[in-house]
Amino acid sequence: MAQILVVAELSEGHARKSTLSAITFAKQAGLPFSILVLGASTSAAAQELAAFGAQKVLVAEDASLEHPLAERYAPTVAAAAAGFDVIAVTASSYGKDLAPRVAAKLGAGYAPDISGVTNSGGKLAYKRPTYAGNAYAHVEVTTPKQVVSVRQSEFLAAEASGGASPIEKVAVAPVDAAASRVQFVRLEAAKSERPDLGEARVIVSGGRALKEKFAEVLDPLAGLLGAAVGASRAACDAGYAPPELQVGQTGRVVAPALYFAIGISGAIQHLAGMKGSKTIVAINKDPEAPIFQVADYGLVQDLFTAVPELVTELKK
Amino acid sequence: MKILVPLKRVSDPDNANKIKISGGKVETTGLEWKPNPFDEYAVETALRLTENGANPKARLGEVLVVSFGPKEVETTLRAALATGADRAIRVDATDDQLDGDLVARALKALVEKEKPDLVLLGKQQVEGDSNQVGQLLAEYLGWPQATFAGSIKSENDTALEVHREVDGGSMVLKVTLPAVVTVDLRIVAPQSVSSKHSPAHKYADGVRFAALMAIMAAKKKPLVEVKLAELASDTALKIKVTGYEAPPARKAGVKVKTVAELVQKLKTEARVI
Ligand SMILES: Cc1cc2nc3c(=O)[nH]c(=O)nc-3n(C[C@H](O)[C@H](O)[C@H](O)COP(=O)(O)OP(=O)(O)OC[C@H]3O[C@@H](n4cnc5c(N)ncnc54)[C@H](O)[C@@H]3O)c2cc1C
Ligand SMILES: Nc1ncnc2c1ncn2[C@@H]1O[C@H](COP(=O)(O)O)[C@@H](O)[C@H]1O
Repeated sequence: MAQILVVAELSEGHARKSTLSAITFAKQAGLPFSILVLGASTSAAAQELAAFGAQKVLVAEDASLEHPLAERYAPTVAAAAAGFDVIAVTASSYGKDLAPRVAAKLGAGYAPDISGVTNSGGKLAYKRPTYAGNAYAHVEVTTPKQVVSVRQSEFLAAEASGGASPIEKVAVAPVDAAASRVQFVRLEAAKSERPDLGEARVIVSGGRALKEKFAEVLDPLAGLLGAAVGASRAACDAGYAPPELQVGQTGRVVAPALYFAIGISGAIQHLAGMKGSKTIVAINKDPEAPIFQVADYGLVQDLFTAVPELVTELKK
Repeated sequence: MKILVPLKRVSDPDNANKIKISGGKVETTGLEWKPNPFDEYAVETALRLTENGANPKARLGEVLVVSFGPKEVETTLRAALATGADRAIRVDATDDQLDGDLVARALKALVEKEKPDLVLLGKQQVEGDSNQVGQLLAEYLGWPQATFAGSIKSENDTALEVHREVDGGSMVLKVTLPAVVTVDLRIVAPQSVSSKHSPAHKYADGVRFAALMAIMAAKKKPLVEVKLAELASDTALKIKVTGYEAPPARKAGVKVKTVAELVQKLKTEARVI
């Protein structure tokens, strides 16, 4: 039977939650799967991931894998993919950087941003969003091996099912010439006590309307709710919020339990990144703003009075 | 420096909500065509890397643009020539004859012929959001890649320092040329691109517009047509689209009158706080 290899995404030695969505994809595809963990220090992540019902947890550990550079990771992933038919990575900046290089090495077709999978008699078919979320395409990969990236927002994180998958070491493949021509300089990680956009249960997002008061207005609300902070592209472009907060078609795609869109008009490209959220609240002073067409609860008010009032009300 | 920029035309992203699906197909009739926004940024980046910002008329390198598409994409190519690109190539094909992998393999052949120092692409085209051609090309060429570039500093045109926009921050890489770089939105900010020709020029935000004179002059710049088969012997697709469907509509909810009502509904109705 066909088998899936899930490539884990790590952060500081632990599996990111996006990996658990990729595991759910494998389970929904109805095929046995193994998990590949790569990095300079993998034991914690391998232990964590051994509890999800994988056939095996494969580990490629080497100092040269400290930073996730596609030129260094792709040869090892491609080598580990022998014996697997589908290679599933996360549809994050990490996965999207890596997956095509793996596909090229394997001569495989690559279907990005998968939001659904069906298995009919062992043949997998995928669903993926196109045209800023206005059309879902049904696609098939025509090559014997297939590479996909899995949208975290569309597959619930898998729950640990207990048990202990055997952990096995796999060889770190020799790197090719490209790797010697790229050098990791540094990671400028955003300094924030807030949860990551992909992992938060609540997201408080702000738009252009917040101007220089972006943080001043949103931080108390986000802090109170333990929420991640997001932003529209216009807010990022204007410098009110840092670029990594951008939610949308060309930013992060999120689906929290609760999403606040504050001073955001609801352009189609923004909706593409958040309309999978369970409950959406919109605060906007324009009653005609398109965001109200997707909001479960709409409040037509000036945000500069409504948000502080909301904070006070929630504290009661 | 010689830079190759592949660019694709897409249906106007501002009209994305006018997309209609009928009989499992996307209706594109009536939609306006535009260059893929990220590809316009890539052209702007290429121009900035090959000029002195204070005197942009003197081109200090070569920018070659290429598009895979039908005859009409020549409009997109001419527009790039008008903003300053030197030469254009159209590879004759229709969208349904192409997937990212085939474009990448054909680009590889073109790179081997043209020998650019750098290939600059958009990080994704906004119809399919496939986000793969640059990475596939880099692997096929055996070149390093820097994806999702928010800024580029060229060190003497032999290596680039690139700030990549990644989830949760920015990753700084140094790539030795020749290399593949895909660009993100922030690359067209006033000081995102610098080179030895122009270490500290402050540009206007965004991409440049072509003057009427330049649009006229661009009609005389070289634009050649190449057959897809000349660049790729195997034109089989690796991805097959079997149909499209409209996404489930999310229905509008209710308007609340006060903050207190909102909080009460979130607590007792939605039960999310
Ligand atoms: C190729 C492409 C990709 C894109 N990708 C993305 C993406 O990933 N994410 C994204 O967000 N956008 C994206 N965009 C941009 C998108 O089209 C919109 O321009 C953008 O989302 C608008 O941001 P905004 O809602 O903050 O600003 P605006 O559209 O300016 O809306 C501001 C809103 O605030 C309201 N407002 C003003 N003052 C107040 C007040 N005091 N109180 C309450 N409400 C107030 C106004 O009524 C208005 O509705 C993309 C565009 C393109 C072309
Ligand atoms: N048909 C095409 N013609 C020229 N360039 C293309 C074409 N398709 C994709 N590209 C380039 O590849 C980039 C990434 O596209 P994609 O991987 O399809 O999202 C685009 O931004 C373009 O620079």
